[in-house]
Parts: sequence; C-alpha cells; structure tokens
Amino acid sequence: MRERTVRIAALLLCALLAWPLAAGAVEPDEVLDDPALEARARSLSAELRCLVCQNQSIDDSNADLARDLRIIVRERLKAGDSDGEVMDFVVSRYGEFVLLKPRFNWRNALLWGTPVVLLLIGGGAILMRARRAATPTARLSAEEEKALQDILQKRS
Amino acid sequence: MVEAGHFALVLAFVLALVQASLPLIGARIGDARLMAAGNSAALAGFLMTAIAFAVLTAAYVQSDFSLLNVFENSHSQKPLLYKFTGTWGNHEGSMLLWVLILTGFGALVALFGRNLPATLRANVLAVQGMIGAAFFLFILLTSNPFARLDPAPIEGQDLNPILQDVGLAIHPPLLYLGYVGFSICFSFAIAALIEGRIDAAWARWVRPWTLMAWIFLTGGIAMGSFWAYYELGWGGFWFWDPVENASFMPWLAGTALLHSAIVMEKRSALKIWTILLSILTFSLSLLGTFLVRSGVLTSVHAFATDPTRGVFILTILTVFVGGALALFAWRAQALAPGGLFQPISREGALVLNNLFLSTATATVFVGTLYPLLLEALTGDKISVGAPFFEATFGPLMVPLLIAVPFGPLLAWKRGDLWAAAQRLVFAFAGALLVTLVVALFIDRASVFAALGLGLGVWLVLGALTDLAMKAGLGKVGFAAARRRLAGLPRAAFGTALAHLGLGLTTLGVISVMSLETEHIITMKPGETTDVAGYELRFDGLQPHQGANYTEDRGVFALMADDGRTITQIVSSKRLYTARQMPTTEAGIATRGLSQLYVSLGDPTDDGGVVVRIWWKPFVTLIWIGSIVMMAGGTLSLSDRRLRVGAPSPRKTAVTPVPAE
Repeated sequence: MRERTVRIAALLLCALLAWPLAAGAVEPDEVLDDPALEARARSLSAELRCLVCQNQSIDDSNADLARDLRIIVRERLKAGDSDGEVMDFVVSRYGEFVLLKPRFNWRNALLWGTPVVLLLIGGGAILMRARRAATPTARLSAEEEKALQDILQKRS
Repeated sequence: MVEAGHFALVLAFVLALVQASLPLIGARIGDARLMAAGNSAALAGFLMTAIAFAVLTAAYVQSDFSLLNVFENSHSQKPLLYKFTGTWGNHEGSMLLWVLILTGFGALVALFGRNLPATLRANVLAVQGMIGAAFFLFILLTSNPFARLDPAPIEGQDLNPILQDVGLAIHPPLLYLGYVGFSICFSFAIAALIEGRIDAAWARWVRPWTLMAWIFLTGGIAMGSFWAYYELGWGGFWFWDPVENASFMPWLAGTALLHSAIVMEKRSALKIWTILLSILTFSLSLLGTFLVRSGVLTSVHAFATDPTRGVFILTILTVFVGGALALFAWRAQALAPGGLFQPISREGALVLNNLFLSTATATVFVGTLYPLLLEALTGDKISVGAPFFEATFGPLMVPLLIAVPFGPLLAWKRGDLWAAAQRLVFAFAGALLVTLVVALFIDRASVFAALGLGLGVWLVLGALTDLAMKAGLGKVGFAAARRRLAGLPRAAFGTALAHLGLGLTTLGVISVMSLETEHIITMKPGETTDVAGYELRFDGLQPHQGANYTEDRGVFALMADDGRTITQIVSSKRLYTARQMPTTEAGIATRGLSQLYVSLGDPTDDGGVVVRIWWKPFVTLIWIGSIVMMAGGTLSLSDRRLRVGAPSPRKTAVTPVPAE
C-alpha cells in the first residue's frame, strides 16, 4: 500500500493533465521511421523526467508535456544533433531538474561520491583489520615465559 | 461498537507504556515480578490492538460511513474482498496494521522467549513497548481511524481503483511483517547494549527473527513489483521510485545483517558490526515509514503545508535512531571483540558481502534523500531516477554477485581461494558458454546482455555446485553422495536455494532489461501483427459492466505461426464510476517463462485503437527467483538448530591428560 500511494498520487496528477489515462506513452504517430534514430530517442527519453509527474520519465508518461518533450527530442535528433547536444538543448530550456541522472559536478559531489568513498573507507578498514590480524602477537616477556613454564611443568 | 475499538486502542497505548517501563525497571533492580509484567503487557497489548483492528475491519465490511475513514475509502458497492483489504488501503488503517504487527511480534517474544535470560527478555520487551507507545500515540493524535462523521453520509467515496486488487490483500501485510519484523532485531540490539553483554546465544536468537523478517520483506517487495507490473499497464517491474527504495533499503541492510549474524553465531566475530546493522536495518524501516507517511516525497512543500504527521514521525525517527546510535557509541566498546580470521575465509567472504551491501544501501539512501536535502538547503531542484541507480547500484552488484558462489565454498577462519575456484570450474564453464551463445546467436544482444545472463547462470550453477560439494560428489560414489545430500542440515539447502533464487532473479532482470521487444501500433478489428514468433490478431472491443466499473475489453487471439489459436488475451480499459477514474488492465499471456504483455491505448479516429505489445523474455524468473529465495529462507528457518532458539548446553570438553 505504501509502495503504491505516492505513485497513485502521481497517476492521479497525470490523469488530470492527460485524460484519459492510457498505459504507456509513446504514440504510434511519434515513432520515427529510422529505427536507429528511434532507438536513440527512446534511450534519451528514458533519462528525461516528465516534469508534471512524479519520478516518471517522458518515455513512460502520457502527460501532454511529456509528449511535447518526446517530440522535441525527436526533432533535434532528425536535425542531426548528437545525444549530448539534445540533452543540452532540453536542459537549457527546462533546467537540470529534467535530468533523471544528475550531472557530475560539485553540487552533486555527495550524491555521486558516496558509493565510491564508502567502498574505499570500508575496504580500507577491512584491510587494516586483516593486517592487524596477520601480525604475529607480541612475544612473551621473560616473566610471562617463566609463568608459562611453571604451569606447564605443574601439569606434566 | 466503534467506541469499543477506539477504547481498545487507547488501552493498547497504556499497556505499551506499562510494557516499556516495568520490565526495564525490573531488569535494573532484579525484580522478577516486574520483569514478568512485560509478558502480560505484551500479550494484552496485542489482544487490544487486535480488537481495535477487528472493529475497524467490521466497520469496513458493514460500510459504516459514520466513520470518516470508511467514508473516505470505501463504497457500499465495493466487492467484499476489497472491503476487507480496504481496511489497510489508507493511511490510518495501514498504521493500525503496522502496530498490530508490532504488538504481534512482541507477543511472540513473550510466548516463545521462555528460554531467554530473564533480563534480556525483559529489556527486549521494554524496547518493543517504547516503539509501540510512540506509534500508538502517533495514531491517536494525528491519524485516528475511529474519527466520527455526523451526520453519517449515505454513500462512501470508494477505494482508489488501483488498490482494488488482490495485490492489496497480500502486498502491504507482507511488507509490514518484514519492516516491523526488524524491530525485534533492533530491540535485541538495544537490550544487548543496555546489558553490555552479547554472546553467541544472542546471535542464535536474533538470526531466526532476522530471517523471518527478511522472508516477509522479500515477499512483500516481490509482490509489490509484480503488482506494479500487471496493474500499472506499461510492464515495468521496478521503477526506483522513492517509495520502492524505502522498502528496498531495509531489505539490503537486512540481507547484510542476515549474513553478519551468521559470522557472529559461528565465530563470535563481528559482534559490534552486527549490533550496528540491527539498529540501522530497523532505522531504515522507520525512515521508510517517515518517507511514505509524511508526504515529504510528493514535495518538500507538501510536507511544509501540513507537517503534523511528518513532524511526529520525524520526531519518533530522531528519538529512536538518535537514542540507539548514542547508546551504541557509549556502550559498544564494552562488548568484547570476537575471533580473528584471515581475509580469505568464509568470514572474509561474508565481510565482503557486508561491505558491498552496505555501500549499496547507502547509495540508495543518498539517491533517495539527496534531492530532498538539496531542495531544503539550497532550493535547487534536481531529479534522481532510474538512470542514476542503474549507473551506481548496478556496478556495485557485479562484484558482489561474482563473489557469491565462492562464499559457501570457503572454510571458516582460513580458506583456500584457489581450491574454491577449482570447484567452481563447471559453473564458470556454464556461464562462459551462455555468454558466448548469447553474444553469437541472439541478434539484438548487447555485451551487457551476454555478460549479465552469464552472471545469472554463474550464480545458479554456483549454488548447485555448493550443494554438490557438500554432498561430496566426485569424492564419494554417487549413491553415497545422494545419502549425504539427504543428510545435510536444512540450513545448507537454505543457503543454496537462496543463492539459486538470487541467480534466477538476476537472469529475469537482465533478460527483460536487455532483450525485451516493444511494438506500438494502431490496430483495427481483424488485423494481425507479428510478435516474437507469434501472430496476434485483434478481434475488437467489447463493452462490459463490472461490479463498480465499466470497461472496454480489447480481445486478442494469440496464434502460432501455423495459424492455430493458442490462447485469447483480454486487455481492457476500465472506468471506475464512483471516482470517475480510469485504469488499464493489461492482457498477459504466459509462454514458458516468458510473457506477452498487451496494453490498450486510445481509440483512433479511423476506428482503430492504439495497442502496445511487449515480449518479455524470462520475465517470470524475477518473481520465481524471489519465491525460491523465500523458500530458501523458510528452509533455513525450519532448521532444528535455529528453531530450538537457544544454544545447546556446552559440552565441557575434558581432555584426559596422559600421565607420564
């Protein structure tokens, strides 16, 4: 239930904006004739957020705004833009909020850095622990050695 | 009657307060009667919560619209099953289910904890009582399901149509059993910190609870994924939605806990880490509750406009997580460190497992919360969606999955990596073969598909190798190996099955991600289209009247390439009349392990209809694998060693000293 609630809110929102709610998003009339170009359009669409939905890409959303964006992406591709140029164009119009994968920059350093830093710290800690475990324990002092001998002799 | 339910809920809150205080004091001053009071309070508290829950359910079944909660979420025409499940298909009801399960687990500890040390049991129950008291207060103050409406309306506003599905009967209870089940591990960890003592008996007690919560959570997540798959109409099975992540984080941490608890029980190493993981796992469950229940996910602003619930849960979260971590920082050093081991050993492999699972948990955590944090601090809005998680979580899983088959083949304390690798040569050969076959013979396959499917096969064969080696296949004769296999402890089968299930799920996920095909076309009645070697004929739209909805059913015939009809597929668009809300019901045909998924779009002007057709190769493996994982967990849980719960009395080893 909790799993669904937010998505339902999103769906309700989308339903209000794009009546009636249909499954899937890309309409047959949007599909490009060139399959290679269409494939690029689809993979780019999957990385762009439907701005009026919650956590849905424009590839999944049937909101009007998502449709407009899909058409823009396809028009840019037909005009010969590279993938990067298309993304830059969309970002220049709608801001970075539209990217489902935030860019590498200082503002997002914590986001991208966490996995790497944690892996390094954790791995380092484990290595140090292993090294400590590997070092032979300190030799017995003369007194301890004598005590040990005493015990051994008593037992035998 | 409704007032009786309300009264029972208040009583349950009072009992939780009793349970939170008396046993704690009892354990402190060594008073057996005070400690025993915790048991009675736990049992009575569960009874009272059950009464409150039953009363709410009855109100739903009878469509008692004098209750605000029933009016807002039910309808007299709703099918009976959804009147039952509708009880928890809303905020107030689901919180009541939450505390029902919490007190249920508390009652289980009271019932089955007889062989626990008295003070440990008292402390565990006290911590459970504290959690319960906090959430009862939350329900009573901000989310009371027993609020009345006067005058009572004639008709209710109906349950959200998307929730009118058997999925609602199974998914939330399983998910909550998992979430809340981890509260027991949390309580045990806190009790251990209060006592300043922790031993193998503790780990042996905590492991079954972890395992049980983990099995339920696995089922809950898998069921949620399957529900989304068939209900939402575009055939996705995982969206990296914050709400999904909220349940995935405790699962990842719980999986890590499951493995570190093994090390603690067998080798009494990793004690402090296991305690920390127990705390973190339940903290993530609480965080999930906060994220979903506060409205903070919709927008930081939605949270700001009606903050009562959010702030309340955030306070609970801060007090429990902060308190637990403070206690941990203060007391953890008092726990004696455990056994030493070499990096290449079973322990080492489990540490590696924990490293990657914890990092993965943190990655999901940051990805889910970073946009909220950034917006709250700087006002900048960014989106973190599936592409981010695929780029970070994915690579983290690869080394982990590669390492999985090695773990069970390594010996405790000091293992031999080379020997383990030699035993895995068949698994490696199989994986290599599959990779090559996929790369060479499937046209659309990418490098990702080939390597990914190879990885899945590696996991499956690795799990089977584990069993074969434990049976001694190759060393002893076939008949003897079979006897040894039958004689293996159930936990050994459990491990192998769980790893096998992981492999199957991996195969399903990779296969759908990389080999799925999609057709988006307009079809008129009588037209056919080719999909994955089948032919699909559209036979037209038929109007249909359901219990509380109307629908247009698109009827399709699935035919083999020789023109023989294999099956009929019905895919429909529904309109739920009470809320005037449309939904799609996908048409799904299962062929072997794969599925053909048909979803209906809008009608076109020329009398056709937009149809989306997906071929999803091996998609069912995603959920079959989850069920196999659950089966593995259940088998482990039924192992006598764990069922008994307490350690067998240590045999005092008297080694005779030879006289000289």
